[in-house]
Amino acid sequence: MTRATRIREKLRWSNLYTFSCIRPSVLELEGGAHSLEGPGFSRIVYCNQPRVHRKKPLKYPSNYISTTKYNIFTFLPKAIFEQFRRVANLYFLLAAILSLTPVAPFSAVSMIAPLAFVVGLSMAKEALEDWRRFIQDMKVNSRKVCIHKGEGKFGYKQWQKIRVGDVVKVEKDQFFPADLLLLSSSYEDGICYVETMNLDGETNLKIKRSLEVTLPLGDDEDFKNFAGIIKCEDPNPNLYTFVGNFESDRQIFALDPSQILLRDSKLRNTTYVYGVVIFTGHDSKVMQNSTKSPSKRSRIEKKMDYIIYILFTLLVLISLISSIGFAVKTKFLMPDWWYLQPHNTTSLYDPTKPGLSGIFHLVTALILYGYLIPISLYVSIEVVKVLQAMFINQDIQMYDEETGNPAQARTSNLNEELGQVDTILSDKTGTLTCNQMDFLKCSIAGVSYGVVSSEVEMAAAKLMAGDLNEQNPENSNVSAQNRGTHDFWGKSGNDVAVSEIELENVITHKIGKPRKHPIKGFSFEDDRLMDGSWLNEPNAEVILLFFRILALCHTAIPESNEETGGFNYEAESPDEGAFLVAAREFGCEFCKRTQSSVFIRERYNMSGHPIEREFKILNLLEFSSKRKRMSVIVRDEDGQILLLCKGADSIIFDRLAKNGRVYEEDTSRQLNEYGEAGLRTLVLAYRKLEEPEYSAWNNEFLKAKTTIGPEREALLERVADMMEKDLILIGATAVEDKLQKGVPQCIDKLAQAGLKIWVLTGDKMETAINIGFACSLLRQGMKQIFISTMNAEALSQDPEKAVKENILMQITNASQMIKLEKDPHAAFALIIDGKTLSHALEDDMKLQFLSLAVDCASVICCRVSPRQKALVTRLVKEGTGKTTLAIGDGANDVGMIQEADIGVGISGVEGMQAVMASDFSIAQFRFLERLLVVHGHWCYKRIAQMVCYFFYKNIAFGLTLFYFEAYTGFSGQSVYDDWYMLLFNVILTSLPVISLGVFEQDVSSDVCLQFPALYQQGPRNVFFDWYRIIGWMANGLYASLIIFFLNINIFYDQAFRAGGQTADMAAVGTTMFTCIIWAVNCQIALTMSHFTWIQHLFVWGSIFTWYLFLVLYGMSSPIFSGNAFRILVEALAPAPIYWSITLVITAACNLPYLTHIAFQRSFNPMDHHVIQEIKYYKKDVKDQHMWTRERSKARQETKIGLTVRVEARIRQFKGKLAKKCSALTVQTGS
Amino acid sequence: MLISVIFIPIGVASLLASRDVVEIVDRYETDCIPANYTGDELSFIQDPSSNKTCSRTLTVPKHMKQPIYVYYQLDNFYQNHRRYVKSRNDKQLRSADNANSTSGCDPEDRANGSPIVPCGLIAWSLFNDTYNFSLNNEALTVNTSGISWKSDRDKKFGDNVYPRNFQNGTLIGGKRLDPSRPLSEQEDLIVWMRTAALPTFRKLYGKIEVDLEANSTISVTLENNYNTYSFGGKKKLVLSTTRWLGGKNDFLGIAYLTVGGLCFFLAMAFIVVYLVKPRQLGDPSYLSWNRSPSGH
Repeated sequence: MTRATRIREKLRWSNLYTFSCIRPSVLELEGGAHSLEGPGFSRIVYCNQPRVHRKKPLKYPSNYISTTKYNIFTFLPKAIFEQFRRVANLYFLLAAILSLTPVAPFSAVSMIAPLAFVVGLSMAKEALEDWRRFIQDMKVNSRKVCIHKGEGKFGYKQWQKIRVGDVVKVEKDQFFPADLLLLSSSYEDGICYVETMNLDGETNLKIKRSLEVTLPLGDDEDFKNFAGIIKCEDPNPNLYTFVGNFESDRQIFALDPSQILLRDSKLRNTTYVYGVVIFTGHDSKVMQNSTKSPSKRSRIEKKMDYIIYILFTLLVLISLISSIGFAVKTKFLMPDWWYLQPHNTTSLYDPTKPGLSGIFHLVTALILYGYLIPISLYVSIEVVKVLQAMFINQDIQMYDEETGNPAQARTSNLNEELGQVDTILSDKTGTLTCNQMDFLKCSIAGVSYGVVSSEVEMAAAKLMAGDLNEQNPENSNVSAQNRGTHDFWGKSGNDVAVSEIELENVITHKIGKPRKHPIKGFSFEDDRLMDGSWLNEPNAEVILLFFRILALCHTAIPESNEETGGFNYEAESPDEGAFLVAAREFGCEFCKRTQSSVFIRERYNMSGHPIEREFKILNLLEFSSKRKRMSVIVRDEDGQILLLCKGADSIIFDRLAKNGRVYEEDTSRQLNEYGEAGLRTLVLAYRKLEEPEYSAWNNEFLKAKTTIGPEREALLERVADMMEKDLILIGATAVEDKLQKGVPQCIDKLAQAGLKIWVLTGDKMETAINIGFACSLLRQGMKQIFISTMNAEALSQDPEKAVKENILMQITNASQMIKLEKDPHAAFALIIDGKTLSHALEDDMKLQFLSLAVDCASVICCRVSPRQKALVTRLVKEGTGKTTLAIGDGANDVGMIQEADIGVGISGVEGMQAVMASDFSIAQFRFLERLLVVHGHWCYKRIAQMVCYFFYKNIAFGLTLFYFEAYTGFSGQSVYDDWYMLLFNVILTSLPVISLGVFEQDVSSDVCLQFPALYQQGPRNVFFDWYRIIGWMANGLYASLIIFFLNINIFYDQAFRAGGQTADMAAVGTTMFTCIIWAVNCQIALTMSHFTWIQHLFVWGSIFTWYLFLVLYGMSSPIFSGNAFRILVEALAPAPIYWSITLVITAACNLPYLTHIAFQRSFNPMDHHVIQEIKYYKKDVKDQHMWTRERSKARQETKIGLTVRVEARIRQFKGKLAKKCSALTVQTGS
Repeated sequence: MLISVIFIPIGVASLLASRDVVEIVDRYETDCIPANYTGDELSFIQDPSSNKTCSRTLTVPKHMKQPIYVYYQLDNFYQNHRRYVKSRNDKQLRSADNANSTSGCDPEDRANGSPIVPCGLIAWSLFNDTYNFSLNNEALTVNTSGISWKSDRDKKFGDNVYPRNFQNGTLIGGKRLDPSRPLSEQEDLIVWMRTAALPTFRKLYGKIEVDLEANSTISVTLENNYNTYSFGGKKKLVLSTTRWLGGKNDFLGIAYLTVGGLCFFLAMAFIVVYLVKPRQLGDPSYLSWNRSPSGH
């Protein structure tokens, strides 16, 4: 880019802007600078002298960032430490160590091998996850930025190489590599636009401006001799404050946040900026803001710990019993057992020291009964979760074709938590919306244009049509009903014909008529306005003015697009961009901006040729959230001065002139409709000014502008206020804040599944409310409770306290109101802003706030900071004790994502911070439905059943060991071979339970989606409550009793086969073990409700493996197999008693469970049972009607979502219809 | 229901099998103490010079078909004690080359400086009562071969391993082994080395390979050598026939009958329930949202 063009571009925005470019005390002397004494203000930065910062004490951290948990050296010790923080692992470690001593009942290998396997697997997983984080960090660290290399030359360097004091040049659409002090920009007055979406989620561009003194540094060469010293605060996480001084040429200038460019924000609409690095790497504000990602554990896992503790207690208890038993036997009986040579023994069995022997035996027993605690539980769960996560990752229905991003389970240990979510806390921008505005409708002179319906309307229309057909399929009243439906969509309730056309439009569009010319930001369709045909409309004059306002009243810059020959617009907000695109499409193309003028090209006019018109911009009173309006004062080519204004309806309606209210009634009705359709509305108005009137005002305005002092802003505002009145209303615009695909439907489904949805956004309240409407979280007729902060400064004393009291009062009033509400259909929405929230989140008030919020159907928090998002999340999580899920896409959501029980990041948009911090990432919000309702539901059930089963089988197995103890004089001998026991957990029973955990599904995914109510089984924790756990444990106890005592009694003392041989320990143990294998595997087969060949293979394969093992083991050398040598082939298999024992015990063990489920199914079937049956008998195919009816009934009673919205409308309509009917009868009667 | 249909016949069959078994049990440890030693059994049994011969008569209650198995039954004998179970060395038993491997055999591993073969407490405490049967003054031969598992004889106990240095220590345990016969032929040892699972156990002594008529009396001359008196254990001599399910034990049959009966009862109960209060399978009215009209 040549220097000439750059100069042309250099606009002095400060001349135009009224408010945000107020330069604070332009050149302050030393007294005015911040005094930076005391601790916390120690940082000194020598600009352009990074070398100084290589040595202490000015050595600051490099710009290298690392979010990994371990590095190469710390990995092994740290990871091992992490592993053995699990109680069970520690126990097994101790057991493994002890197994090297003679105390152990088993061989050392059989203890150490599984432990090494389990720990190794977990550590490998850890390492993999950390490696991924490292790669991500590397990507960020090796981004390149242009840096001053000395002598006025710039060159590219990696981010991680940047040091404090470096001068960097950041170009358009690049991220800032560190926290910078803005020196100058491509604009002459040192302004630049910054997008801070990653920091606070706000989509509006922020204006930053440099100090006056650094403005001359406009070019690379200028930095040759640049020097300066910055003294400022130490690194801190506060994004909105900055205190520091800039010292140059022995003059000191105060710095404030508006000169600071923060890392991870993005330069927009500005070609380049120069800046000095102040904070690098982990010192930067955004990194300071990031908290260590806490390791999260699911509820089931936490509960599992309790169960493990219970089992531990049980373990210690039975160990104590057996060691006391042993001590007693050793002391009193063993001296008589000459065959043990009691007098010639070690201290393990010393009858003279029974206490010592007892203690030794306690250790032995603890190891022996260790089978009560499933060592493979953790590793199995880990394996299952990894496989489940694979399913989630592979789910083609959660794959986003546009971005190519699949869903990703980043940490696999929360899968089952997905099935228990109670509250969803959602970010707005980028999550619910695409942050893309579409100009959809407008109302000009009281006539509404634009036939394309918003997504909300479409979704609702579809639903309503479906509902009506469903509810009265053969009702003769259908036509009337349908006409009624049309009524809602019609602009005027009486004009049925028009509305029918409209509905047709709705439907044709819904069917998916391909749009003729897809233009970003413009979805408007109406032949009355397009292609110049508006010239034939009755109010062509007004329409033209409307378009001109769109084209003039903004702060955007056109940028010619070489490909298309048209213009792209660099606008401050996407709304503005949409307006400009709309104006262009309507034929009022904004084509050039100079310092004082705006040029628009009008394509359609009476003459038929495009004319370029110049409008002189006299003043620009820009938008602020306080003013909620924006105006420009222009002089057109005829010399007429016009004030063009756009703003929020409430503000503009207040400022209308008496003669300007012609269209007020129509417009405001249409505004309501737009609002109901989920659109963002702005009202446009204008005012003609006479020359003297203007110049008088302008004088005053200039005076105000040049005032110095704190009152300047207020003064300016007042003056601006004087001008923006007596407006004449022209019309209104309706822009669709483009929701992400499928968001309303998804929210609807989630609401039906009984989930609560909160929206936390950094955006303005209006925007937030609009989005609330757009995604059906709010609807007309919902009672909205606004909680806001009153103006505290009005109160002289103790404003803090007054504010708090005020808020508390608002909260109590609102709660009272909800309590007194009688109408069951009444729904409340709570809307609260960030400032108020900061008070409401204080300890003394948060509980009241929470209880109010829980009573409300939807909660919207706006203007919340990232920290507050996290705080709200914590409040919900801790206050309600339910599972929370936070979903967001930007760095500003990181806190909330980490705080919530489950954090979901939206991938696919730039900025990976949210995804990095999240537990799951999905490409679009709509996938959340499938993630929760299908995968969450399944995973929850799978894990719950799996854990229960695990405890069952280990109790069933472990207790038999204990019973046998009693028969061996508590000596610690196990009836089974070491190898049987080793294989029990590792091979023989692990695969079926893993297949249960991976493949089990109670109902298919379609059914899950059709019956969102099934999801409620998760949050209510039906499958992992204590009753169920205890039930399973009791089942295990029962099975162990049956298996042991039946075996013992059948193999009592007589010959067990025709050959006359009696059963020895190996035979009894092997038979018993066979029974266990059969019983637990049949049990799991009964538990499963979804069989694929894999389950069959694993369950029956496990049993087969056992026999196979026995044969192989029996074939191995007798040295190795001991008494189990050829046991199956020679001793057991020919004995009928062996097979008949297996049969009777398997049957007996599973009898109670079978009875239980038979009983439950016939008396108290659960929802999924019934649906399974319906599916099994193909009733859903035969009886479509019943199926759909049940589907609609299955929806949870909710107060938010599309469905409810439609219902409310139907109710409303029915009411109306009834009234009309009665009116009609009255008429006919009279 | 199905289970009960299968189980009840099995139960009946097993019961019948068990009932068919004829069993003679004779407890002799108290009766074989001479009157002068009553109250001082221990010194009797430990005195090597005392005459331990004792004769018993058994009456055959029913016709017993050959083979009739002769068992000895010990009571309160913890063959399953961990110290006992582990006190053996399979390597040594298998091959003569491994005579020195006595690990695990402590304290019966070595005596007089050389290894004991077979070592360990199990072998050391080998049962040493002997039985001689005669029917009508005619000696009944008891076949003591083939009473152990074939695999044990062939693979576990080597045919070149001869007892050495056995029962030469200070403490004498049970039976002495014939040092001229290899271990694989000493089947009483092989049977004994198969440790029992429970403290009450029977072990096969031998087989009588002739039928015994009902009401015939058998006189048994036994040598009451084995010390069970110190721990108060009983000794029994058992003669028993077998059926396909083995020896006499009703428990399996009872278990089958119980489970089968329970299944039958439950099946009937559910049928009754189904008749009285039928629930159509897949009846949507049982869905939770239909049952509680108030919703959730």
